This record gives sequence, structure tokens and C-alpha cells, in this order.
Amino acid sequence: MLFIISVMIFIGVEALPGDLAESILGQAATPESIDAFRRALQLDLPPHIRYLYWIGGILQGELGTSLANNRPIADLLGARIGNTFFLATTAAVVSIPISIALGMLAALYRESFFDKFISISTLSMISFPEFFVAYILMVLLAVEFQIFPSLATVSEGMTFLERLYAIALPALTLTLIVIAHMMRMTRAAIINVLASPYIEMAHLKGIKKARIIVYHATPNSLSPIINVVVLNLAYLVVGVVLVEVVFVYPGLGQLLVDSVSKRDLPVVQASCLIFSAVYILLNLLADVLSILANPKLRHPK
Amino acid sequence: MSDPVYTSKTNCLLNIRDLYIEGYQEEEWRQIVKGVSLHVNRGEVLGLIGESGAGKSTIGIATMGYTRAGCRIKSGSILFEGNELFGADDETLRKMRGPRISYVAQSAAASFNPAQKLTHQFVETAVQEGVMSFAEAEGRAKELFRRLDLPDPDKIGERYPHQVSGGQLQRCMVAMAMACNPDLIVFDEPTTALDVTTQIEVLGAIKEVIEAYGTAAIYISHDLAVVAQIADRIMVLRHGFEVETGETRQMIENPKEDYTRELLSVRKSRGETVDHESEEIVLEVKNVKAAYGNKVIVLDGVSTKIVRGETVSIVGESGSGKSTLARVITGLLPPIDGEVRFHGNSIQPMLKKRPKELLRRMQMIYQMPDTALNPKHKVKKILGRPLNFYFGMSGKERDLRILELLEMIELEPEYAERLPDELSGGEKQRVCIARALAAEPELIICDEVTSALDQLVAKGILKLLQKLQNELKVSYMFITHDLDTVKAISDHIVVMYQGKVVEQGQKTVILDPPYEPYTDLLLSSVPEMDPDWLNRVIEHRQKLADKGVNIRT
Repeated sequence: MLFIISVMIFIGVEALPGDLAESILGQAATPESIDAFRRALQLDLPPHIRYLYWIGGILQGELGTSLANNRPIADLLGARIGNTFFLATTAAVVSIPISIALGMLAALYRESFFDKFISISTLSMISFPEFFVAYILMVLLAVEFQIFPSLATVSEGMTFLERLYAIALPALTLTLIVIAHMMRMTRAAIINVLASPYIEMAHLKGIKKARIIVYHATPNSLSPIINVVVLNLAYLVVGVVLVEVVFVYPGLGQLLVDSVSKRDLPVVQASCLIFSAVYILLNLLADVLSILANPKLRHPK
Repeated sequence: MSDPVYTSKTNCLLNIRDLYIEGYQEEEWRQIVKGVSLHVNRGEVLGLIGESGAGKSTIGIATMGYTRAGCRIKSGSILFEGNELFGADDETLRKMRGPRISYVAQSAAASFNPAQKLTHQFVETAVQEGVMSFAEAEGRAKELFRRLDLPDPDKIGERYPHQVSGGQLQRCMVAMAMACNPDLIVFDEPTTALDVTTQIEVLGAIKEVIEAYGTAAIYISHDLAVVAQIADRIMVLRHGFEVETGETRQMIENPKEDYTRELLSVRKSRGETVDHESEEIVLEVKNVKAAYGNKVIVLDGVSTKIVRGETVSIVGESGSGKSTLARVITGLLPPIDGEVRFHGNSIQPMLKKRPKELLRRMQMIYQMPDTALNPKHKVKKILGRPLNFYFGMSGKERDLRILELLEMIELEPEYAERLPDELSGGEKQRVCIARALAAEPELIICDEVTSALDQLVAKGILKLLQKLQNELKVSYMFITHDLDTVKAISDHIVVMYQGKVVEQGQKTVILDPPYEPYTDLLLSSVPEMDPDWLNRVIEHRQKLADKGVNIRT
């Protein structure tokens, strides 16, 4: 799976217009110097050979060196990955409990004003493009009221709380974007289960409505909920590119955008591969978790 | 007729007057229950009986002030200990359910929450309402589990519903209904989904426990013989109306209404079959061994044969392998050993490799006519498909044949233009029969074809199958757990238990004494129209057990 993706990433990057040698050497490039530059970086070899070199290196844990500044890519990525995961985790920790709770409440008060209100408000959040939500939040909370910093700059030596404060706005943006999806799925999964005979039984046993939702319906709708939560986790890691750029946050997404504009192909390839790996692993995790969520499989006869 | 006026007021637990309940169907409110009145005294068991659509379940849950989605109580009065439940607020009703009135559903497997342990579900209401502490409720669970003869009563509550067998789960549900020692329990067809041998155990357990605690009950069933074992009084319902009500014994011995008489006769009279003298063997199964996933052996050395124009019934409890045998014969599950012969020739074990002509000669009819017919196709199209597929018929020729088929299954020609939704359950099953007949088969495998139908409708279907057999000399392989069906239709009987043939032979040989022990167990488990039957059988089995005879082989 990951192998197929590595081929696709390679082909995709190859298909990018422009030439690294020309863009790095700039106006002063002579045909001779361009040739020499290409030979040095093995750009003159045919694509399939270069692919084998690249994939061979990765299998040995060697991501290669950046073309733009000759530093090892692993060093370049290290801190960035940490930052991206920090942002994603913060957003996840805030959004997952909120959306599942909202989903359960919406299922409990189905068709009520409360249900419709959160449905409409989360839907409108999801329908705005993420950069738009980001700028609105920036205008409101950084410019108008100046509660949070508009630029999410983090550096070595900042304490945990300082970091949290710095990424408040990007994390909030991400939270608002993923909540709608998770909350609506939770609501739908629970309502789906509410038609089961054991829910009717619970009503006839005189169980309180809130308890029916929490104790009887939710454990049986875990599988779709887990799936949507993990899918959104994957989005939090992979889909942050725009949000990182807007808030100038030194994460993997911004590195990717920078590297594309600099034609730093090995870095682009490495970042894409990491994104894909995270995406695939999380989906795998979702499958495993939904199997574990089934009591029949957890407790065999 | 019974009227609460005649009974002492203080004794009357539940009193329903002129109850009207409506259901929202096809964009209008239609009456389901049309002015039914009933009452239940303390410690009394009222049986509600009727076919599907009689409104008995709807009345049953309405006693708890509950209606299913899309239904509403239109008018009337439901007095429980003198308190009006119709129109009472949700909180009052909720507090009533569980501690005062409780419910036992038809399918315990579907009505227990699959994600929670049995004890946790048992104690829920009691703990929530503060009737008992968790520990007290757990103790009560163990006591009731023991009373209901559940195996390992101290530990069984630690299991999840899917880890317990169907009959045991049904008893757990009875225990759960008794958790807070309610005044009234509504039993909604609690044994209908069970095998006869399991039904008798559950029925016995229910009877024992409600007598011991003096609990009043409403017992709902479509099977008069079952209700007769447990009810003090029986009310017969039809199309939402009361037909008649009376003391159980008087009802069985001397019913007033024709409809009740008809229900009573279902178990009694069944036509004798004609003797067939043909010796042409259509199908032969030799030493078939089959397994799911190469591990669990479900058929072990099964051999039998079917003669032309005869009916062979395969009888057994669920898990006996009778449906698996049908899957092997039809090629859906290739056996791991043994062979299937058709007219003396060994046939391909895999369905996909079988020639069209062979497929035509073996047809199948299923248990659920609702799911076996495409709801978007008219009867004309459903019957036209096999005609075109097997015989290449089209146009006028096909239309004429469709009319012939409809005549065979005793439906009017205008049914050709109807959709399955516009047919009743029995009519749908008739269409399924016609679809099988369209292929002009020599063998029809009937998998529980009458078990989803009401008794009177099922009787009609069996008569039709009999008539068709006499006319067309087709052979039937009849898979069923219903011994009455077996008595009515078979020439030959194969009794199966745990994947093996216990015995097989002519109907008269199998069904006349002396019986093989397992066959005896099956036969004696079929409820009889006699209020004393259950006590008699349980007593008899107790004696056998005391003598150390184990009925299960």
C-alpha cells in the first residue's frame, strides 16, 4: 500500500513543472554549470533509477539531503513533525470529547431546537473554507480583542503553556472544522441504533432517556464513531497545510509548501510519504479499534 | 363474558376500557385496536391470542402506556391500580415501567443489549429507581437465575448475551422482568422463536416463577395450545376486535365463536397423504459430511433419498444441520466428503459448475416470502423470469403460462399486475411456489415455508402443496421444526440431531410407538390443546430424570 503511494508521490513530484537546477542557479546559470549541477545531484539519471535510489535510501532509514541547503532531511523534518503532531493532538483533545458529547446530546434531544441549532452552526463551520475561518478568528480574537497571538511562532525553550497559548488560534480553527463531521456522525450512529429492539426494551424497563443514550446506544454505535474520529485525526495531521501557512506555524505543512516553491524535491517527497504513512496507519488503527468495539469479537463464546 | 364489575374492585390490577390505538400508514391514521376492553386481577394470567395483525402486541405494550413509533393511543382508558396511564406524563409512566409493570419480548437475543453483561442489564432498573443496591440486586439475579434453572446461576450474569443460548437468554429475560417483583408482566410471544424442546423448558420456567411470586401476567401468543398451558382466562382477538373471552378450560372445550373453533382445529385435523407406489429415486444423499470453515462439522455422515412424487421431511431443532443439508444439495455449500446423486448420477458439488438443466429440475422455496420476492417487480415479471430463463418463453406464450401458474396456486388472473407489497403473507408464499413451479422442477426444497405464516394461512399453503404434488408428481424435501407440519405433509421422515440422522423411515413407522428416545422428546414437546398438558409432560420428564434416564442422546 505504502509502496504504491511512494510510486505515486514520485511520479507526481516528477511531473511538477520547472527545473531545480535552473531555479537554484538563477539568472546567472550557464548551460555548463546547469549540466554540472545535475550530474552532482544525479538528476541526469533516468527516473526509474532515481526512484530505486530514493526508495532504497528510505528503506535504510535515510531520507536523503535537501537540495536547497544540503542539510539531511531527517534533521529538517524532526522538529517540524513534532510541531505538527503537537498542534494536531491539541485540536484532537479539544474536539473529540466536545463533538461526541454534542452528538449524544443531539441524539437525546432529537428534532428539538437544540439539535437544530448545533446542526446548523456546525454545518456552517464546515462549509467555510478553512483559511477563511482562520482569518475570521484572527480578525476577531487577535486584532479586534487581542486575546491570542495572530502568528503561531514557537521556538525552542518555550514552556508547554506558552506553546499552547501560541497555537491557540490554529488549534481553534482546526477544532471548529472537524467538530461538525464527528458530531453529525455520532448523532447519526446513535439514532441508527435507537431503532433496535434492545432500546425499546430499555424504555419498557423504565430506564431514563439520558442513560439509554449513554449506556445502551453509544456502546453499540462505537464502530462508525471510531471510524469518523480517526478519519478526522488523519485530517488533523494531513490537512493542516493551509492552517499552518496562514498562521506561519513551523510544522510539516509549511515545510511542504516552502519546499514546493523552492523545487526542493527530496523534501517534498519525504513529507508526502510521512503524510501518507500517518494516514494509512490511522486508518488501520480505525479498523482494529472497530473490531475491538464489537463485544461479540472481544468476548468469544 | 367477563366484566370487571363482577370482580371485586380491590382485586382488579389492570382495567382497560374501550381502547382505540391507531397506526400511521400510507399517509393516514388507521385503527389497529378497535375498542378493546379487558381486565387483569392480581395474580391472574390473561392470555391474548390472535393471528398477526390482531393487535395483541400493541395492546400488550399499551398496558405500559407505551406505543411503538408511528402509533398512538386514540382514546379509551388504561387504569392500573386505579391510576389512569393514558395521557399520564412521561416521568410517571417511566417510573411505572420496570418496578410495577415489566415486559418480556419475543426475541431475547435482539432485546438484550449486546454490549453489556447480563447482570448489569438485570440490576439496571432496580438500582436506578433505588429499589435495591447493586449488591442486593445482584443477589436477587442469582436467586432468580437459580429458580429459572439456568446453568451456573452464580456466574451466568457475568456473561454477555451472545455467550448464552437462545432458550437460556429467554429465561434470563424472564428473570430480568421479575427483578423488582412487579405486579404485572407482559409476555409478548416469549417462546415463539424457540425450538419445541426449548419452548417447553421456558414455558415451564415461566409458569413456575409467576406462580411462586403470585405475579399477574398478560401472555400474548398466536398459539392457542401454548396459551392454554399458562393462562387462567383467554381473550381471542382478530383484526383489532375482541372475538371472545372466557376461562381457559371452557374456551378449549366449548368455544362460542366459529373463529375460535377454527383456531382450535388447526392442531387437530390434518389430511392424510396418499400412498405413492413409485420407486423412482430422484435424489440421493450419500454419507455427506459438511463443515463451515473446515472446522465446525455440521453434517456428519448423512444419507437419505427422495422418491418421485413423495415428500420427505427433515425434522430437528435449530443447529441440527437440516438447513445445511439443503445448502449441500443445492450446491451452496460443497460437502467435504460424500456425494449427492440426482437420478442416479453424481452431480457437481459446486452450484456454479452445475448445468442450467440441473438447476431447473431442483427448485427452492424459502421461509420469508417478504425477502424472497423483489418488491419492485410485479408478479407477472417474477413468474416470467424463470419461464424466459429456462424455456426461452416470451410474449403471448409466456403470458398464458403465467395465467396457468396463477390458476395452479389459486390466485385470480389480476394478481399478475400486482406488486409483492399488495399481497398478503400467504399470497406472497403462493407466488414463491408458482415461481418454483414455473421451472417445472422434479424436486422442490421447502425451507421452513410455513413457519413465518399464521396457522390458518399455513394450513392453506400445505393443502396447496399437497394438491400440486398429486397433480404434478413433484417431490418435496420439507425442512421444518414444526412437527404438526411434518405430520400433515410427509410420506417419509428424517429426524436429525447435531448433524446426524437419528432415525428415518415411513411416517407411520416414525410417528407410531415405540419411539426412538429423541423423536419421543420432540413429539412430546409439541403443545397440546389441553390445559394440563404442560404439567403432565414436566412431571413425566421429572420422573424419567429421577430414574436417571437422560432424554438427550
